[in-house]
Amino acid sequence: MTVTAMVLPYEAALAAYDPVLGLEVHVELNTATKMFCGCATTFGAEPNTQVCPVCLGLPGALPVVNEVGVESAIRIGLALNCTIAPWSRFARKNYFYPDMPKNFQTSQYDEPIASDGWLDVELSDGSIYRVLIERAHMEEDTGKSLHVGGATGRIHGADHSLVDYNRAGIPLIEIVTKPMTGVGERAPEIARAYVMALRDLLRALDVSDVRMEQGSLRCDANVSLRPKLDDDQETVPLGTRTETKNVNSFRSVERAVRYEIMRQAAVLHDGGRVIQETRHWHEDTGVTTSGREKSDAMDYRYFPEPDLVPVAPSSEFVAALRQTLPEPPGERRKRLQTAWGYTDLEMRDVVNAGAVELIEATVAAGATAAGARKWWSGEVARRANAEGVDVGEYASASGLTPAHVAELDQLVTSGRLNDPMARQVLEGVLAGQGSPTAVADALGLQLVQDDSALEAAVDAAIAANPDVTEKVRGGKVQAAGALIGQVMKQMKGQADAAKVRELILAKLTS
Amino acid sequence: MTTDLTRLAAAEMARLLAAREVSSVELTRAHLDRTADVDDEVHAYLCLDVEGALRTAAEVDQRRIAGESVHLLAGVPIAVKDVLATRGLPTTCGSRILEGWIPPYDATLVGRLRTAAMPILGKTNMDEFAMGSSTEHSAWGPSHNPWDLTRIPGGSGGGSSSAVASFQAPFAIGTDTGGSIRQPAAVTGTVGVKPTYGGVSRYGLVALASSLDQAGPCTRSVLDAALLHAVIGGHDPMDSTSIDAPVPPVVDAAQRASVEGMTVGVVRQLGGEGYQAGVRERFDESVQLLVDLGAKVVEVDCPSFDYALATYYLILPSEASSNLAKFDGMRYGLRVLPSGVADPDAEQVMAATRDAGFGPEVKRRIILGTYALSSGYYDAYYGQAQKVRRLIAEDFARAFQVADVLVSPTAPTTAFPIGEKLDDPLAMYLNDVATIPANLAGVPGMSIPSGLASEDGLPTGIQFLAPATEDDRLYAAGAALEAALLDRWGGPLLDRAPELPKGA
Repeated sequence: MTVTAMVLPYEAALAAYDPVLGLEVHVELNTATKMFCGCATTFGAEPNTQVCPVCLGLPGALPVVNEVGVESAIRIGLALNCTIAPWSRFARKNYFYPDMPKNFQTSQYDEPIASDGWLDVELSDGSIYRVLIERAHMEEDTGKSLHVGGATGRIHGADHSLVDYNRAGIPLIEIVTKPMTGVGERAPEIARAYVMALRDLLRALDVSDVRMEQGSLRCDANVSLRPKLDDDQETVPLGTRTETKNVNSFRSVERAVRYEIMRQAAVLHDGGRVIQETRHWHEDTGVTTSGREKSDAMDYRYFPEPDLVPVAPSSEFVAALRQTLPEPPGERRKRLQTAWGYTDLEMRDVVNAGAVELIEATVAAGATAAGARKWWSGEVARRANAEGVDVGEYASASGLTPAHVAELDQLVTSGRLNDPMARQVLEGVLAGQGSPTAVADALGLQLVQDDSALEAAVDAAIAANPDVTEKVRGGKVQAAGALIGQVMKQMKGQADAAKVRELILAKLTS
Repeated sequence: MTTDLTRLAAAEMARLLAAREVSSVELTRAHLDRTADVDDEVHAYLCLDVEGALRTAAEVDQRRIAGESVHLLAGVPIAVKDVLATRGLPTTCGSRILEGWIPPYDATLVGRLRTAAMPILGKTNMDEFAMGSSTEHSAWGPSHNPWDLTRIPGGSGGGSSSAVASFQAPFAIGTDTGGSIRQPAAVTGTVGVKPTYGGVSRYGLVALASSLDQAGPCTRSVLDAALLHAVIGGHDPMDSTSIDAPVPPVVDAAQRASVEGMTVGVVRQLGGEGYQAGVRERFDESVQLLVDLGAKVVEVDCPSFDYALATYYLILPSEASSNLAKFDGMRYGLRVLPSGVADPDAEQVMAATRDAGFGPEVKRRIILGTYALSSGYYDAYYGQAQKVRRLIAEDFARAFQVADVLVSPTAPTTAFPIGEKLDDPLAMYLNDVATIPANLAGVPGMSIPSGLASEDGLPTGIQFLAPATEDDRLYAAGAALEAALLDRWGGPLLDRAPELPKGA
């Protein structure tokens, strides 16, 4: 049924057309209650258990603004370098849809809480691109429809639909960029980098869970193309845009923008016209397909929400909120990377694993920066990944603390444990058997420090393997591995392999 | 006891209950009996809560016997307009589209009635979603004026006004978006008050036009209105537009009953052309009485009031078109499947439900409002109306610089025959020409009976208007005039209403 559209190769598309990018990001706030009522906002609760007359839109019910939601909106606006409106209003966006209880969404229209800001994002080549922010406004989320019985899970072809109103009324902040022009081939990369930078910023502000896979961070990508002319490109009018929805990962943001550039280029190249419409991104096939046509006929009949009073934050209030802003993530990351001595690649792994705070706390608890990274973005990240959770969640679920990891690191650096032993100890800690030292004691794990026992084992191994010994003496140093293995076996693993190697080489090459 | 309990003032009922000379069960039953006798003809109620009302009454009686301290009005029964959500009691707003809906929650003001232990007798009839001035737009048939059963009892709150005027309830709750408390009061010879916007919580009041709606008392005396106002008024954190201040001292003002030293402004724009001679005559007489009582009377000019009706019929439909969007058959009330459609989708079900569930007046206003808010028309209609609305508020502000209260006839005519204006919406809309400015500006208004029109012998009303949050001025002036008129009439105006035929 889905018709795969023709695409032009990316390089050819870029040679002929200048892409213009705009991004709309919806952020679900992590407030304890909904935007206009006192219902809980816990993700994943039984359907329709977090509802009341207000968020169900029952006749007669009225909204009351969540003050924490307004504070979060202002903090987001400030962190995005926006102007905070001294007077701002909610507006009703009117359209009929079963998952919207009132058949209008309480949103903001021409009087948003925050406008005209920017966010600097770092690209892979280390350069900084400044994304200009048009506005950030407050609104409520809709309910969630589940279409049952169809092949696609979409409304068409479904037998019936179920609606869960738990999500209806969850506070949302919609952040809209200004159109990004002149970004050329970097459009997909900028799109991804922007959403990631926004995620980091929102996480640092602690205003949202920012989990794309749970829908607490949602991105709609607007892409248009205009012909590429030689001279003053800025005077060329913008082309017709499409809005791609359902982009649920950072990688998808990049891929969807890239795909739309290639698809639209093919349409234009064939002399066709791009249709202004909503398109859906398909993660599996890597294509977008046409959704509803979003023409000028869609008239939301916005008007100021008469059930709510204007939001008029005083300048003192805004100034006080400004004091609560965290260090900008970019600066903070740079500061920590320098302090920890990580390479760019190492730092990116740490950030992607969501382990920056954990490493910071682990270093503060006495670990080396290298050791902290080795555990958190190595062994622990691997285990978290296997369970499909992030490192922070894995740590809190298993009771693993930065202090534990710092202790583990010290046991290694002090020479008591080698890496395989330390991993064994970690296993015990995760199983709730106590602190790393306690686990190591209980298991009797301790590298052999007695040089005479070690030397005896080394001598025995040399005597038992004359041919290997001969090779090593002849200069084939790597052959010593077999001897090291024998010694380790003899010592039941409780020896420092580096030290064994040192002893063997000293005896055979001197 | 031989006196008919139902003819007493609510304040008197409260006194008898406190003195334990009468029980709430007796009082409640007397009203239910009266309803059984006359409501087949009047049709004031859409539903009765016999069991619930008697249960509350019995509880209050027990508490009084036990010596507990109870609210002043505890045990005095009341009727509630069907536009207010009542937990466990059907709430239809006079519309088929809400047929079968039983709210799981109480409107804030209903909760306050329950806290005061006032038995709720039932829900009163109204024009569908409060759109109308006659109750003829009720999906459940019109209510009838106790003064003449062939005539309308006003609207939209004609159920509440006729219930009170026919002694089926000592008082009732109404709601007033453009005059729906005051105009029914005027044409039934009762008292109606629209408090300052924000003075009574709108939580649980099914919205017609959010920026205009206000609930208030429908009673037979100014003091009764004040007593009820004090129960339902006051701040509600569930309503963002609720005023965070104590209820104005309305009961004190009603008891003071004085216009001494007050300046009363007669609004030039309200009362000239289009007002029935008998209405005008009774109004002039009342103004003269106010002078006799020690008020200074001046004429005030409010030129923008001439545009109030037009402004109202842009703002109201705009807000209503959005407020009524939620009635779509998806979650509650009526659901209608489109005929001849094999496998209808949600949108088709919504359309079929709304087509079958809404009456013609509701559809008319939804279409009007949808048009007025459409892009390209917004500035010319809704935007322009908001500007005129501000001018009307400025007219009020100027008038209140020279006058403490303003007065006008409440409605241009006495009660008209049922059916007369049903096919002429504009003629129907004109009933509210004098009451609408108060809603647009958010100021409080009160209507009290001013007598009977000489040409038809039907009740007429005089309207008092005061600045926002100065509701007590209405009560002081209204009670003063009421006392003087009662003196002149030698008793309540309603004593002159004909006996109602008793049903089988």
